[in-house]
Amino acid sequence: MNNIFNEMNAPDGAVRPHYSRFQEWLAQMPPEQIAHKRAEADSAFHRYGITFAVYGEDAGRERLIPFDVIPRIIPADEWVKLEAGLTQRVNALNAFLHDIYSTQRIVKDGLIPAEQVFCNAQYRPEMQGIDVRNSIYAHIAGVDIVRAALPDGQADYYVLEDNLRVPSGVSYMLEDRRMMMRLFPELFGRYNVAPVEHYPDLLLDTLRQVAPAGVDDPAVVLLTPGAFNSAYFEHAFLAQQMGIELVEGKDMFVHDETLFMRTTQGPKRVDVIYRRIDDDFLDPLTFRSDSALGVAGLMSVYRAGRVTLANAIGTGVADDKSIYPYVPDMIRFYLSEEPLLLNVPTYQCRKKDELSYVMANMEKLVVKETHGAGGYGMLVGPASTQAEVDDFRTRVKAAPEKYIAQPTLALSACPTFVESGIAPRHIDLRPFVLSGKEVRMAPGGLTRVALKAGSLVVNSSQGGGTKDTWVLEK
Amino acid sequence: MLSRTADHLYWMARYTERAENMSRLLDVSHRMSLQLPGAEIGYWGAALGITGLEPVYTAKYGPITGANVLRFMAVDLDNSSSILSSLRSARENCHAVRGTVTSEVWETINTTWLEARDSVSAKLQAGGPESALVEYLEWVKFRSHLSRGVTVGTMLQDESFHFIRLGTFLERADNTARLLDVKFDELAPKEGEGNEYYEWGALLRSVSAFEIYRKVYRDVITPRRVAELLILRDDMPRSLHSCLKEVHQILALVANARSDETRRRAGGAYSRLQYGRIEDILELGLHRYLTEFLDDTADLGNRIAQDFLVPMS
Repeated sequence: MNNIFNEMNAPDGAVRPHYSRFQEWLAQMPPEQIAHKRAEADSAFHRYGITFAVYGEDAGRERLIPFDVIPRIIPADEWVKLEAGLTQRVNALNAFLHDIYSTQRIVKDGLIPAEQVFCNAQYRPEMQGIDVRNSIYAHIAGVDIVRAALPDGQADYYVLEDNLRVPSGVSYMLEDRRMMMRLFPELFGRYNVAPVEHYPDLLLDTLRQVAPAGVDDPAVVLLTPGAFNSAYFEHAFLAQQMGIELVEGKDMFVHDETLFMRTTQGPKRVDVIYRRIDDDFLDPLTFRSDSALGVAGLMSVYRAGRVTLANAIGTGVADDKSIYPYVPDMIRFYLSEEPLLLNVPTYQCRKKDELSYVMANMEKLVVKETHGAGGYGMLVGPASTQAEVDDFRTRVKAAPEKYIAQPTLALSACPTFVESGIAPRHIDLRPFVLSGKEVRMAPGGLTRVALKAGSLVVNSSQGGGTKDTWVLEK
Repeated sequence: MLSRTADHLYWMARYTERAENMSRLLDVSHRMSLQLPGAEIGYWGAALGITGLEPVYTAKYGPITGANVLRFMAVDLDNSSSILSSLRSARENCHAVRGTVTSEVWETINTTWLEARDSVSAKLQAGGPESALVEYLEWVKFRSHLSRGVTVGTMLQDESFHFIRLGTFLERADNTARLLDVKFDELAPKEGEGNEYYEWGALLRSVSAFEIYRKVYRDVITPRRVAELLILRDDMPRSLHSCLKEVHQILALVANARSDETRRRAGGAYSRLQYGRIEDILELGLHRYLTEFLDDTADLGNRIAQDFLVPMS
């Protein structure tokens, strides 16, 4: 991997134009002042409780997601293209979800094999024939994008995965910006950075737009699994920013085909749920009966069109890694457009010839479980030992349909503060795409950075950090 | 607001207040045991009696000793009424609704628990010196003052605030009544033995009322006046009267369609304090009076839970 794209420096070492003013600023900053500001950021994040809950032994202690003060800067023209591509992609994914839960045209036309959809664990037969408002299923999508070069090619933006279930991380996007403005206000005089602070307003507006028909002033709530969930900070933060109730399943009940929450002023009707719990736990009468996180009877209200769930149930079938290779076809099929964003070439191990290629070349590939997430259940061939590769080979051979493989991408790198000073570290980007009456997003998204040298895994559960993401205004 | 949110806020306040009052109780027991060596076992037994936890204590520690009772009540997490347990419960309740309180309130309550657990209690659980314990009791009171001050100083005076205050005053009413009940039971029969100045003085100090007593009565300390001060004075911040005044007022602010009866009962209890006379109370018997009062506050607590906090529908 010698062709890593560096976001700040061109291959000849020159600073790219959109980073030049930042570089000038950094060069004149005394190192001890930067160190002081970095310590200030840590202490402020701790004080505000912008943390990850830690389970078990150390309950009560909370861990910070490391924050890096060097921003990831995206030039205006690049963002224009990304935004158009994201809008197109999410439109197609919503069209796909609507299709497979109604007429199933794409399967009947033979574009996607039926078993790929209907035998998928994320496909929810319960959703068949349910009308959702505006035919929108994935109201909030967190699309993971990387800038990367294929082993022989030019660097470009690629979609790595479409997170359409309960994508998280947007609170870090907002807090990172708040922190940068607090630490280095002078930088925002040097750059025209597109604001992101209105994201909670956009989100609330989106949720209100998809309220059940006939409800003029919908009551919107955020459903959390509770204070012991690792993303609880984000749930509480978003509810507070939107001024809506943060509810748990036990706060609500179903009566007369209507959903209510228990308040100090008596039962109050609920119209829209921004839910941050998985499908399986939503309603013990329909899904997992041992779930104490959901509301008994919720599905009956949902089926009657008297409450909106955002995201809808069953969106996982569209962001599954086994469906991912078909997204460009979906864009052509539903929108009659050519895809604007690239898909990473993907080998489906369920196909015989592709499987044999994967088995023969595993050392060079990234192999992923189709249902895996969070950086678990994957093999990065070039970074693994022979034993690890052999172990994965056995696993893939035993159940090839559970795996896909992709060429190892040389993710782009951005200068980052590490122990030895400033060094390039691999990054990705998660924009949060909102779909209500139209598709909208806050410019940029969350940039995650792999803090270990050479590591390609940016997930916070695997020691990743975050950076503020600047989209420059024209 | 959500009933569960109100419930967490209410209990956060109750546990914070409970920790403070437990510190006050242990503090007075400790002072008395220093001043009157020989009688200390009786004081510590009474301190246990206030919580009704004597069987739990005996099962774990055996015979009553000052050091063990202090440890049991101050830092033993097996005792759900210990100061440390109360601080943990306050923190857990606050954590569940941290988006509802200001970040200052959350930071204060969270830091109190973390510091109590890590620094102070480590010393004490290892069987540290008594001076560390007395420092700890002072520190708990200070942190409780801080929580209350931060709440009043930073929170919007909306329903969240009202339910926090409701928890504070209901718990304080209960705790002051219990303290009085136990201490009178223990001290009153000994009247005339010559020690009462120290004993009543310690009791007054435990509720920050020693100077207030002096200011109000400008006279020697008598049990009758102590009772009057802690039950009937409306300007004494820890008296039953001022606690019930607050409870009654707050219930008017948060009233809902089914809370009329609760408010009526709170009004009844409040007016009995407003128009009560110490002569009548003593004639009825202080213990009986306080028992009835504690029944009233327990009833109010149950009714508040049913009306607002954990409604069945």
